[in-house]
Amino acid sequence: MLSFLANPDRFMAFSRWAAPMFGVLAGLLIAVGLWLGFAAPEDYQQGDTVRMMFIHVPASWLALFVYLCLGVASFLSLVFRHALADAAAKAAAPLGAVFTALALITGSLWGKPMWGTWWVWDARLTSVLVLFLFYLGYIALRAAMDDETRGGRAAAILALVGLVNLPIVKFSVDWWNSLHQGASVFRADGPAMTNDYLIPLLLMGLGYMAAFGSLWLVRIRAEVWRRRAMVLALKAAEA
Amino acid sequence: MPDLDTGKYALFVWPAFAVSAIGFAWMIADSLARARRWKAEVERLGGKAGR
Repeated sequence: MLSFLANPDRFMAFSRWAAPMFGVLAGLLIAVGLWLGFAAPEDYQQGDTVRMMFIHVPASWLALFVYLCLGVASFLSLVFRHALADAAAKAAAPLGAVFTALALITGSLWGKPMWGTWWVWDARLTSVLVLFLFYLGYIALRAAMDDETRGGRAAAILALVGLVNLPIVKFSVDWWNSLHQGASVFRADGPAMTNDYLIPLLLMGLGYMAAFGSLWLVRIRAEVWRRRAMVLALKAAEA
Repeated sequence: MPDLDTGKYALFVWPAFAVSAIGFAWMIADSLARARRWKAEVERLGGKAGR
């Protein structure tokens, strides 16, 4: 699949129909997820704040997943020097930064009524903040260098270094004492919630994933066009 | 049926949903604007934007 899409023309043909398809799918999944999420009974301990789970948890999943995509694309860009992989990495970073910011902000809004504080410097929250800073660092490093190729390589190395943070985010609640609760969906002994909450949460998770897929493809297409425009402008200047 | 009454937690629940909506709106608007801008630029320079 990756080698098939590595050809820019094939990628543009594929993404032309895949991007809107993922977008429509995202809209449907999120609409049904929100409907079921607000139809679910309020939690006996957390009351109506439990509804924030349907936006906070998917944003957190995407914060990690998008960084994994950024890391893989950066690796392929560094090893194979493939322009499309570099475009994919560049396109993923702002989306990942937004999902991470959403995870932090919605988590803070959930934390205040449940923990009594907006923020605490515990392992989970701090490691997600570090993840956000890696995204910002990646974007800033690319933008800081005049030579796009050098900027892309430097940023790719930073992205690979940041991969170390992903297992720290995931397992921080197991390795250290934390106010943040442990995993409640992807657990060895099954999800720790009833279907009333699990189904809308999974629908929202898939909806966020489809939304990312759609927006990522649109941004990669934009980057391919930007690079074509640069080449055309250079040719026009030489002529 | 969905129950939109979030009671005493409304001050926390609705801002969280509003911020998420703003985040999505920005991602959609910025992504589409970039794609339109660069596709138009390729066509303006006489290249084929292709599919």
